[in-house]
Amino acid sequence: MTLLYGITLAMIVAAALLTLVRLLRGPRALDRIMALDVLVTMVIAATAVGMTARDDTTAVPVLVVLALLAFIGSVTAAHLIEKREGMR
Amino acid sequence: MTVVLDVITAVLFLGGASFCLLGALGLLRFPDTMSRLHAAAKAQTLGLLLILVGAAVQMSPNLAPVLLLVALFQLLTAPITSQIIGRTAYRTHGLERHLLLRDELADRLEHEGSPVHRRTDHSDRRERDDEDTEDTEDAEDAEDAEDAEDAEDAER
Repeated sequence: MTLLYGITLAMIVAAALLTLVRLLRGPRALDRIMALDVLVTMVIAATAVGMTARDDTTAVPVLVVLALLAFIGSVTAAHLIEKREGMR
Repeated sequence: MTVVLDVITAVLFLGGASFCLLGALGLLRFPDTMSRLHAAAKAQTLGLLLILVGAAVQMSPNLAPVLLLVALFQLLTAPITSQIIGRTAYRTHGLERHLLLRDELADRLEHEGSPVHRRTDHSDRRERDDEDTEDTEDAEDAEDAEDAEDAEDAER
């Protein structure tokens, strides 16, 4: 099972790295917001896998908080972009 | 029993991680904001969902409701975020128009007389651009005719 957790975590980390490249490249602010959203999702997934691997339930509230934060952050940022572009 | 649970978890974890990886790959490779949105949604919903279910299978049963809550919340919020990002991208030229086969919103906006921001600087889209300019020229001709009539009315 340890091998399985290792493989899963490696895949999620690889996905997070690819997302990070998109986050750094942009080219528009919207792409960065989207990449951040996906990145937080991958952090949630990795936390869940790590929790399962160590059979440790202390990180469960972290999952809930991250899910909430990702939503509020992305929506707020997208709204700000929309307002800023509308000003021009 | 444990073996069965382990196998279920293994399948769910590997499936979820594959979806995350494929979604990230699409996010990196796809050409414009709209298609990246499509790839990102795969990782955000099904990828995370499979991994959370896999974790719920493996962990103690009283933890399952919380993980289900996270999954449910993610399922509810991912479309909202995508919709807002998509709308903003549409309004701020975030999509490559020459990749579109059909743009029903633009047709509708044109029909209702709202200004449509069409980009005409894509050389690949010459044909459709020509059509578009013809359409707008027709519309302008009609407007000009109306204006002329209005002017005549005013002169009388």
